[in-house]
Amino acid sequence: MSDTTHTGPMLAADGSPLKRSLERALRRQKLRALALIAPLLIFILVTFIAPIADMLFRSVENEIVSETLPRTVVALKDWDPTLGELPDEAVFAAMAADLQEAAKAKIHTRVGSRLNYETPGISSLFRKSGRQASKWDLEKDGPFKDVLIKSEKGWGELDVWKTIQVYSPKYTNGYFLNAVDLEKTASGISPRDEDQQIYITLFLRTFAMSIGITLSCLMLGYPVAWLLSNLPSRSSNLLMILVLLPFWTSLLVRTSAWKVLLQQQGVINDVLVWVGLVANDDRLVMINNQFGTVLAMTHILLPFMILPLFSVMKTIPPSYLRAAKSLGASNWTAFWRVYFPQSVPGIGAGSILVFILAVGYYITPELVGGTKGTFISNRIAFHISSSLNWGLAAALGAILLGFVVLLYWVYDRLVGIDNVKLG
Amino acid sequence: MSLPIYATPAQRVWYYTFRVICGAIFFFLIAPILVIIPLSFNAQDFFTFTPEMLSLDPAGFSLKHYRDFFTNDDWQGALYNSLRIAPVATVLSLSFGTLAAIGLSQSHVPFRRVIMAVLISPMIVPLIISAAGMYFFYSRVGLQGTYWGVVLAHAALGIPFVIITVTATLVGFDRSLTRAAASMGANPITTFFKVQMPLILPGVVSGGLFAFITSFDEVVVVLFVGSAGQKTLTWQMFTGLREQISPTILAVATILVVFSIGLLIVVEMLRRRSERLRGMSPN
Repeated sequence: MSDTTHTGPMLAADGSPLKRSLERALRRQKLRALALIAPLLIFILVTFIAPIADMLFRSVENEIVSETLPRTVVALKDWDPTLGELPDEAVFAAMAADLQEAAKAKIHTRVGSRLNYETPGISSLFRKSGRQASKWDLEKDGPFKDVLIKSEKGWGELDVWKTIQVYSPKYTNGYFLNAVDLEKTASGISPRDEDQQIYITLFLRTFAMSIGITLSCLMLGYPVAWLLSNLPSRSSNLLMILVLLPFWTSLLVRTSAWKVLLQQQGVINDVLVWVGLVANDDRLVMINNQFGTVLAMTHILLPFMILPLFSVMKTIPPSYLRAAKSLGASNWTAFWRVYFPQSVPGIGAGSILVFILAVGYYITPELVGGTKGTFISNRIAFHISSSLNWGLAAALGAILLGFVVLLYWVYDRLVGIDNVKLG
Repeated sequence: MSLPIYATPAQRVWYYTFRVICGAIFFFLIAPILVIIPLSFNAQDFFTFTPEMLSLDPAGFSLKHYRDFFTNDDWQGALYNSLRIAPVATVLSLSFGTLAAIGLSQSHVPFRRVIMAVLISPMIVPLIISAAGMYFFYSRVGLQGTYWGVVLAHAALGIPFVIITVTATLVGFDRSLTRAAASMGANPITTFFKVQMPLILPGVVSGGLFAFITSFDEVVVVLFVGSAGQKTLTWQMFTGLREQISPTILAVATILVVFSIGLLIVVEMLRRRSERLRGMSPN
């Protein structure tokens, strides 16, 4: 625009250039929005994101070995385990000194149980030798190779020293390797013993059962969502209550209902016996197995499938189906070629939501799953509260979290988290 | 949806079969919840209908499981703990959440997508992972096993629900209303309480109900973050179901079902009110 006769930038009322004035207003608006969000963001970061980060950190953290056994870790650095010989006297002396100090601070059992996750038996070595360590005179009682092996002959095993050496660094990928049934040895990464290979199976089972739950939710949810979106609003509102009531009812109420119903002396078996489908002495086993978990979780997660399907199907005009039929399509063709493709976004949203929720479920599998119907989350809980192998629990959790975050991202792309609707 | 008069017999058959299938699915959804209500009045310690109950003999029914719930110290202590934790967690998530939802609904919010993803994440991350992380982290800072630890954890879990419901009511909010208030000399705080708040109140209240029920129903996180002193009602139910299952659980479950029916009615009424206030027809 060369013919305009501008003699400088456009000015705002206060005399400053309009562009800068607008920028300032926009910046103020952005700052105000952020100031409103900031308290919550900080709150979530402290109460929720920091714990998650802590868990991720714990899945690689391994400071306990180098902190409790500082001299041994240094002395072991130059030992070559491939020669097949025990470390030299310097290492044993360092271990004796470390043990004595650790036993005084009463922390020797902790490092013992940490290393015991990798090589069973180490825990008792540390416990028993630690008890004697206070009597040792570090100056005179040498050589400590004999003293230690005399106190516990496990110290004479190569594997023990290999484990200590492998787990000397401050950070380790050992927990993650364990979580996928591998282990770290002096000679590299190798598969764990057959009888300890449980996690891959457990992950696969969790995914397979979650897919099963998602599919059965879809099969049950699709017809109901279709009916709800095609009925006149008065009756669909009434029927909607039947979907929303389970949604609002406590998870434990629904799980206890299934626990009561599915028992061998429970209502369902009683009815089957009464009808004559099942003999009284041959009642069905429906609980504490995979069937129980899939059935109860399908019931619990079904509303999460129906609601997204319903909100998508409500936007599909019924006239499309009528148009297809008037052009000569059969019922099935009209549904499959015209209606179904338009409902796919709802199927995607509902399926991802149900799958995300199913894959991390803990309560229901724990209560109705028995041993065969449990999920990876039950194993995580076991490692936190019973075996106290927190690092492994954190690594398993991190892998599960990775999958869920990936799906969350896909969900955000497909549906947008802003579009999640409740009730 | 109704059957046209020119429908062929096959169409007729399919129409009724489809209704029967849907009826069966609705039955599957609702029957397990309803069946525990009569079972909770069982005079015996069984989990099935006794012959007396089936013949509607009054001797087959009793209130003894309810009596047990109201007199047993374990259950009453658990109820007390639940009622002590949930309201405080609700107030926390509601006050932070409403402010943030208002901030998020402004027209220019930098990093809106990322912030939203972070704020919604407590709903998406599997509870066992949240529980594990909180257990590790809260023991580091000395919150594990304390009342405030549980309250903070539950508040974090309730926030996504507050954000979702309140932003949903703000979507149709007419911004010229706040500008009108400002032009007539109201300061931002007066504008908020006199103009904006009454309009978004239904969303705020139903967000609060969601946050309350999240905390009240939650069991995984409290199992790890809490200690015996924070044993909630759902925790007590969980241990009851895992160990020796007692019929008192059915009485508790029935009370909770009645409670959730009440909540459902309130939320539904609020949703309609909000749609009316914002000038949207309910359908």
